[in-house]
Amino acid sequence: MATIAAPAVERENYLNTDFRVRSWLLTTDHKRIGILYLLSITAMFFVGGFAATMIRLELLTPAGDLMSSDTYNKMFTIHGIVMVFFFLIPSIPATLGNFLVPMMIGARDLAFPKINLASWYMYITGAGLMMYVVLTGGVDTGWTFYVPFSSTYSNTHVIAAVVAIFIAGFSSIFTGFNFIVTIHRMRAPGMTWSRLPLFIWSHYATSVIMVLGTPVVAIALTLVALERAFHMGIFDPRLGGDPLLFQHLFWFYSHPAVYIMILPSMAVVSEVVSTFSRKRVFGYAAVALASIAIAVLGFLVWAHHMFVAGISAYAALVFSLLSYFVAVPSAIKVFNWMATMYKGSVSLATPMLYAMGFIGLFTMGGMTGLYLAALGIDVHVHDTYFVIAHFHYIMVGGAVMGYLAGIHFWWPKISGRMYPEAWGKIAAATIFIGFNLTFFPQFVLGYLGMPRRYHAYPPEFQVLNVMSTAGASILAVGYVLPLIYLLWSLRYGEVAPDNPWAATGLEWRTPSPPPTENFPETPVVTWEAYDYSSVAEVPVAR
Amino acid sequence: MWQTLPLWPARASTLAGRTDALMIFMLAVTGFFTVMIFILILVFALRFRRTRNPIVTHIEGSNALEAAWTLIPFGIFMVMFIWSAGIYMTWAQPPPNAEEVFVVGKQWMWKFEHPEGQREIDQLHVPLGRAVRLTMISQDVIHSLFLPEFRVKQDVLPGRYTTTWFQTTKPGSYHLFCTQYCGTMHSGMIGEVVVMEPAAYQAWLSGGNAEGSLASTGQKLFQQLGCTTCHRFDTQGRGPNLLGLYGKPVLLDDGRTVTADDNYIRESILTPGAKVVAGFKPIMPTFQGIVNEEQLLSLAAYLKSLSQPERRQPGSNRPAEPPHPASAPARSR
Repeated sequence: MATIAAPAVERENYLNTDFRVRSWLLTTDHKRIGILYLLSITAMFFVGGFAATMIRLELLTPAGDLMSSDTYNKMFTIHGIVMVFFFLIPSIPATLGNFLVPMMIGARDLAFPKINLASWYMYITGAGLMMYVVLTGGVDTGWTFYVPFSSTYSNTHVIAAVVAIFIAGFSSIFTGFNFIVTIHRMRAPGMTWSRLPLFIWSHYATSVIMVLGTPVVAIALTLVALERAFHMGIFDPRLGGDPLLFQHLFWFYSHPAVYIMILPSMAVVSEVVSTFSRKRVFGYAAVALASIAIAVLGFLVWAHHMFVAGISAYAALVFSLLSYFVAVPSAIKVFNWMATMYKGSVSLATPMLYAMGFIGLFTMGGMTGLYLAALGIDVHVHDTYFVIAHFHYIMVGGAVMGYLAGIHFWWPKISGRMYPEAWGKIAAATIFIGFNLTFFPQFVLGYLGMPRRYHAYPPEFQVLNVMSTAGASILAVGYVLPLIYLLWSLRYGEVAPDNPWAATGLEWRTPSPPPTENFPETPVVTWEAYDYSSVAEVPVAR
Repeated sequence: MWQTLPLWPARASTLAGRTDALMIFMLAVTGFFTVMIFILILVFALRFRRTRNPIVTHIEGSNALEAAWTLIPFGIFMVMFIWSAGIYMTWAQPPPNAEEVFVVGKQWMWKFEHPEGQREIDQLHVPLGRAVRLTMISQDVIHSLFLPEFRVKQDVLPGRYTTTWFQTTKPGSYHLFCTQYCGTMHSGMIGEVVVMEPAAYQAWLSGGNAEGSLASTGQKLFQQLGCTTCHRFDTQGRGPNLLGLYGKPVLLDDGRTVTADDNYIRESILTPGAKVVAGFKPIMPTFQGIVNEEQLLSLAAYLKSLSQPERRQPGSNRPAEPPHPASAPARSR
């Protein structure tokens, strides 16, 4: 095919050094571990997506007629647990982060390559146990495991499910502390903190949350299991416990977990917007500090999930105020990305379309978060579809859009092949349209009063639910498309140049795909982040 | 009836108007900024696209702009915070003259008890224009009582009472949902609130009620359970005199002071040793497993009636006959 680009003997890279299964299962190469994670979380994404499909099909009609109430309750529980703990939380950090953190700072690998591999095994063990739970009858507590329902009343596999999450939590802790140590200790000469790509800053903030937050949810879920197994009186008032204690412990992690999901997407968006505008990120320091501010403030807002749970009104005032504080750094990021585009030289390639989609949908998710932080409005919309719509705008419109932006952006580096651009754009547009049609009607449903986790609902809510289900079917097509064309591109895609986007990151100064050792010799960084004069070539991208 | 595509819920309480006003303000503000951001992204993407603008103008950043888009959103957020906090504080503080209704939630039904003795399941009748306070408890898991047309919601916990209130503005029948996931039939734990003209409500209250008021039920129970043996209405009893106790501060033997509210009374019946009144021995046996949530509510209603020789609403609530000597308040602080 290409005359020069494909020599008879392929350059040795991390993919073709060894093809044996053993070489994958025992690898300590951060890039291969990233691929292992990519395959596993993609499988889990489609498990969670299957449950979502069943939920949307059931809600097509007001009566609960497709499946029994118990089955429906298990479906939304599986959807929540799988998507949150087994897809969103590991999504970008464990795949792109694993692949890119060492490359972006000019390191050969993460600080603890074996612990990195162990983290994948923890993840797979947890995911395997979770799939066992699903196949042997499921669990029906909702992903939030509220007590005393989960600890005393549910008749499903609660203990196995919390053990699965507990194990998977360790993969997250391992990844987080590996990143922290790597970013502190393994930066190449000249790669100062102020020269770090914003991707690294965001992953640093994410890692801090992972390391400090995950143990708390692990403790909370362990206590649920102990109360369930041995009737220790911790949460159930009949045994002398306090059910709100569980909610405090659970949200102390699970609110920051939202930032575990969104910060890495922000990391991708910062890289993509800059690269496709060919302009340094506007207000580099402000964006970097905003990531840290989100990580810190994110730990101080958990009780905004509990405004109607029976907490003191004065505590609610404090948590509402702090929730508004955390909205500020998110707003700062959005404005800085927009200013980055201003007077740039903007290319609308697929990753940029996803990034623009991210900014728009994350803005809507963030704006509707203001309604939920507003005490008086939260009393009405709490636990309704308004909340469902809000966090799907953040987690799907935000986190998943960012993930797809990143997968497309670094696909040439990861696979050595270009994805088909036209199909990329079609999928991005399909996902954007399908997403909005699915979730926008849910804001209206929520304000009308439709509660979440309802198997059957009053008939006046039907039209909006039909719109949502129609949108979900478009969205499903949008998600299957990249799966098909990215796999296709592995064989038939155009061979990728080393730096197809003329991006500035160190990872783009290696061959595509990179060799196992990343850099033949340790690079010395003499340029600032996003210094486009340091890359001479004109981008080939459209 | 309902339209096929409703976009805004009916407003049927005093709080609904205030919530909606803030909602409209927030829709206007966030709508304006969201549209502005969408338009700017599109304009920048097209105006500065590579074919039209091949040469980048490098801009490092601007402290003035950073300050502007930090402080302006922050200022707007504070308006939202203060406005919404005002609504919340009204929601959190039931007016003192509210009618009382007691609510017991269980998998998967709502039980309502009026002080006059009327009991209902999954249906709640309330008078138009009067503030109604709900004192709620769950028999099993956490539930949440949600009245969308009133813009009111409150979780219902096992083990302690929570309260919420509303004041209706329109007669009619309104949704009542459970919004805290509670197991198999969660979506079936629904009902309706019927708002009636006061006269019709009075007629409904006095119709078909053979059991007597909640407080009188409590009084009977108080005697049946033998509470009177120790809790005498003089100073000679082995337990504190409960006359006039309700709502008053109580000095405990460890020096703390608590208010004798529904939660304190409930706890003292089920876990008597938890907060012992100063000057008394912890000799009371527990009534855990002997009295259920509804009976506990009636006992509390009885004790409350002992503190209210006359009711503010003559005729609407008949207090149980208070035993004679109107002296001796429970304890001084």
